[in-house]
Amino acid sequence: MSQVQDDRRYTRTHEWVKPLADGRLEIGITDHAQHALGDLVFVEVPEAGRTLAAGEACAVVESVKAASDVYSPIGGNVLEGNPLLAATPELINQDCYGGGWILRLQPTASTDLGTLLDPAAYTALLAAEGD
Amino acid sequence: MGRRTPLYNLHLELGARLVDFGGWDMPVQYSSQLEEHRAVRSSAGLFDVSHMCVIDVRGSGARAYLKWLLANDVDKLRMPGKALYSCMLNERGGIIDDLIVTFVHETWFRIVVNAGTRDGDLAWMREQAHGREVEIVERADLAMIAAQGPRARALVADLLPERERDATLALEPFYGRAVGDWFVSRTGYTGEDGFEIMLPADAAEDAWRKLNTAGAMSCGLGARDTLRLEAGMNLYGNDMDENLTPLESGLAWTVAMEPATRDFVGREALQALKTAGVPRKFVGLLLEARGVLRAHQRLVIAEVGEGEVTSGTFSPTLERSIGFARVPRATAGQVQVDIRGKLLDARVVKLPFVRNGRILIQL
Repeated sequence: MSQVQDDRRYTRTHEWVKPLADGRLEIGITDHAQHALGDLVFVEVPEAGRTLAAGEACAVVESVKAASDVYSPIGGNVLEGNPLLAATPELINQDCYGGGWILRLQPTASTDLGTLLDPAAYTALLAAEGD
Repeated sequence: MGRRTPLYNLHLELGARLVDFGGWDMPVQYSSQLEEHRAVRSSAGLFDVSHMCVIDVRGSGARAYLKWLLANDVDKLRMPGKALYSCMLNERGGIIDDLIVTFVHETWFRIVVNAGTRDGDLAWMREQAHGREVEIVERADLAMIAAQGPRARALVADLLPERERDATLALEPFYGRAVGDWFVSRTGYTGEDGFEIMLPADAAEDAWRKLNTAGAMSCGLGARDTLRLEAGMNLYGNDMDENLTPLESGLAWTVAMEPATRDFVGREALQALKTAGVPRKFVGLLLEARGVLRAHQRLVIAEVGEGEVTSGTFSPTLERSIGFARVPRATAGQVQVDIRGKLLDARVVKLPFVRNGRILIQL
């Protein structure tokens, strides 16, 4: 059974969004996603300053097996991509909800996290997918 | 639901993640694909290859039939137990499948073909056997386990009756021998030493458990793919298919054009292609930038043209991305690969990348 954390929201495509202080948001992929991908060997993070629409492909995570897009759960401006992932992509396997974050975002003013899945709803989604 | 091998229940018990492979439910990994890969390079790993199809060719016309059917020449097989890698071609010289044929005795050769192509292969083989003194027998009663890695042969030998051990350990590469109702061959698909064991389906689970206990790690198709890529070995369906000849697939060495008196299916087409000049060649690639080579990525070769990646992955041994590609004949040195719209540098290298645990290319 994959882990789900209480302090953040989720998407149907297995990303998470965690509110940080001062309105910034941190984004990564879930335990279910990292487990399904297997050993990660390459991560391409977005460059600071890029503007993302909600649902836009913003990063690529590649395991030995395959490449997958990461979709930004909400729109905003990229503040930074996680600089550690270039040399240590396995951080996502080891600590997907912490040190394996992928990007930080300044959301556009109208952003409402309430449209995303809460932990209970995401847990239910995983159960429905057989995890 | 896909087809299941005799080891299916054991895979579930061992926590494997199963995927569809050529219509079969097969383990892609048990724990970590990278750990499984490294176990084979440094120690020993086990692969369930029972989905591959064992076919016995029996009868007084067996040798003559195989000399016609296969692009490599079974006349190279004179010692019982000797095995040969070959392509089976259509009339256009396209590859129907790649396979290993083993000489058991003069009226019995054994062939192992790929899982995804078995039905087409059997139909083709039966069609070509028409009017000849041969019988084509599918051996669905056998399981097959590949034990690979520097420790693998010793672990397998420990499972055998003591009187059989020395002779089995003395097998040269590409030789096999019967041990009771098992057939043990010193072959594989990883670039490491090891044995492939054909055994009765109901004996497979016990053998696997004993090899696990002795220290061989269960390995899935994921590790099998990264191992064979590092070893420079083609995968049917990725690197070649029925529209491609061995000459454009890095397999010219497996085609026996001599003696010229031996006719075989596809010979005329290959001869014509050779005379006209083979326009493309098959090469190894090392990605010099960060990223991962994948099948179907486009290659741009300055002043030469374009090519295509046929297989690509991250190499656990090199800790770099490697692949195979089909490119114009004049290609050499540096090329560029289109990965998600960016052109990244890659270098043409001589295959294989890794053999017997050692890196063979300049990084």
